[in-house]
Amino acid sequence: MTSEQTKPLSRHFIDLVEKLSNASGVSGAEGEVRIVVKEYLDSLKIPYRVDALGNVLVEHSCGKPNAFRLMLAAHMDEVGLMIVEEEEGGLYHFEIVGGIDLRVLPGKTVLVGKQRIPAIIGAKPIHLTEPDERKSPITLENLRIDLGPGGAGKVKPGERAVFSTEFHDNGFSFTGKALDDRLGVAILLTLLENPPENIDLLAAFTTQEEIGLRGARTAAYAFNPDAAIAVDATPANDLPVWNDDENIGYNTRMGFGPALYVADGYTLSDPRLVRLVQDCAQKSSIPYQIRQPGGGGTDAGSIHKQREGIPSMSISVPIRFAHTPCSVAWHSDIAGMVDLLQSVLHTINNDILALPR
Amino acid sequence: MYDSLPFLKKILALPGLSGYESPVRQVIADEWGPFVDELQTSRLGNLYGIRRGTASEPRPRILLAAHMDAIGLMVTQVQNGFIRFTRIGGVDPRILPGQKVIVHGRRDLPGVIGQPSPRLLPEFIGKKTVPMEYLLIDVGLSTEETRALVRTGDPISFAQPPIELTDNTLAGHTLDNRASVAALSVCLHELSTIRHTWDVWAVATVQEEETLAGAITSPYDVRPDIAVAIDVTFAKGPGGGGYKTVPFGKGITLGWGPNTHPAIFEVFKKVAEHLDIPFQTEVSPAQSGTDAMDLQVSGAGLPSLYISIPIRYMHTPVELVSMKDIQRAGHLLAQTVASLEADFVQQIRWED
Repeated sequence: MTSEQTKPLSRHFIDLVEKLSNASGVSGAEGEVRIVVKEYLDSLKIPYRVDALGNVLVEHSCGKPNAFRLMLAAHMDEVGLMIVEEEEGGLYHFEIVGGIDLRVLPGKTVLVGKQRIPAIIGAKPIHLTEPDERKSPITLENLRIDLGPGGAGKVKPGERAVFSTEFHDNGFSFTGKALDDRLGVAILLTLLENPPENIDLLAAFTTQEEIGLRGARTAAYAFNPDAAIAVDATPANDLPVWNDDENIGYNTRMGFGPALYVADGYTLSDPRLVRLVQDCAQKSSIPYQIRQPGGGGTDAGSIHKQREGIPSMSISVPIRFAHTPCSVAWHSDIAGMVDLLQSVLHTINNDILALPR
Repeated sequence: MYDSLPFLKKILALPGLSGYESPVRQVIADEWGPFVDELQTSRLGNLYGIRRGTASEPRPRILLAAHMDAIGLMVTQVQNGFIRFTRIGGVDPRILPGQKVIVHGRRDLPGVIGQPSPRLLPEFIGKKTVPMEYLLIDVGLSTEETRALVRTGDPISFAQPPIELTDNTLAGHTLDNRASVAALSVCLHELSTIRHTWDVWAVATVQEEETLAGAITSPYDVRPDIAVAIDVTFAKGPGGGGYKTVPFGKGITLGWGPNTHPAIFEVFKKVAEHLDIPFQTEVSPAQSGTDAMDLQVSGAGLPSLYISIPIRYMHTPVELVSMKDIQRAGHLLAQTVASLEADFVQQIRWED
């Protein structure tokens, strides 16, 4: 079911994803990612502005009167950690920013603060635990970020930490942290290299998505677009069920192409947009899947309720193990995503608004 | 002075699960080579680095054992392109979700341990620890390719690269017990610069984490008069307190309990005090959990001792050691060995 007809990902694109994945950008402190985005835009000589929330906003006008205004949003922020209190000997108390299952924290390495100081999150030696104790996760209360004994005073409460997972590409898939949603950021930057000729493309690299879709909210107000598509990453829960039952709650599946949202926890997608995107996929023979309706949310959740309402939907790359130290994404799904969005940019126009919703 | 850090970082990055130690054995042999008179490998895979002393034959021998095997995982089943696994050595399942690993299949495959979403797991788990048998490894390849490259029984190593933290500390997996292998390198290097009457057999033992098979067989090859195990112990820190733990980075430990012969303890203690090497006594009410357990009862029995390097977060991929303690352990071993007189064996007795 992999989309073998799509173009392979370029070295240039993979290098960009690597840079973005390795950059630190916990919600509210997206600086390192913003730098990568700005440098990339500068290299393309594309003007941008940075708003009060730290969103990077690019307004590409096609120069034609009454052109359709399409907003694409990809969030720069990632889930992560914040130092909240210093203890003796280079040990620090921390809290979780965004949705991280605390069961993925023990035994991992992190990078703390703007200086990217390496540190570890340890766990009690198994020899000192009881079998029953191991059945319960180690609570946040009992975990510390450890900089080593010389780490006293090196970082301050308020500084952020991210998993120190290094990006890896094996030619078939990517592994790395924060693929949610650095893949979307890389895809948007790539689309800006060949902007559409007949519509205005409004690209928002948003902040604070993981803590309430907040950057997209103000970006959508500023852009005031005719329609919007959130470009994100969504879990592929396509693993086997423990007892070999059929997996009916997979959300999305790897290798089935970009995932179109009909309904999630925050948004009922505009059916006109969903139909148009499906038509584009079929016309260009790009495999796609419909994300199983359910919970979760994307920037579309705040965009569609901005101003008097903005027709919106989301399209996501399926990824495994989102919000953990190491997520996995397949080349074929990402390449399909780029092709599909390119097709949409060249197809969509004002006609869509004339249709009844 | 010999700096063991580059060597330690090199061996931490090598696989060498219990029973599969050959990748790391070769590199240890290369490091020890210049410091010893002879290298040998035993039938089970122990590495012996032999330095001959200056006493006349038959010379007394001391065996210094540090295990080189690593804990890890092993493939139990390949299912729909995902890998189910069990453990080799003691692994707390709570450190596994989100952990990067290397599956040693038909070629080495980087992978990640995934925790399936709740609806794919039995209901009883809920927010509790996901038991190991329900976790899966994803090597980021297609189902067909994974099936072609991975088989039941393939060993799996942790992939966490070693990282230097503040104050001359190093974090990584398998510091238990390659920190002690590095201490043996320090010891052998130092012995190569000073006079010693005894023969020294440094042993990098195999299979400690599962069966202690390397330690129990080594005295049959070596025929030592004394055996000392060098291992790691629990440092105080997050998740570690109480009498079983010692301060981190503040010195090594000399083991005390049934696995210790008091006369051997005494000789090491005296040298440590004389040289101002900070140490504490590590008390073990019964078994020490080190190679010394088996060295002591090998053959007709041996006077034995265990020396330990404190580490934090033992048996996680982010074990933490102070390089100073590795240096201290190696220095103490070398100087104690050099202090042994040719007739020391006759002085070993129970002072009842």
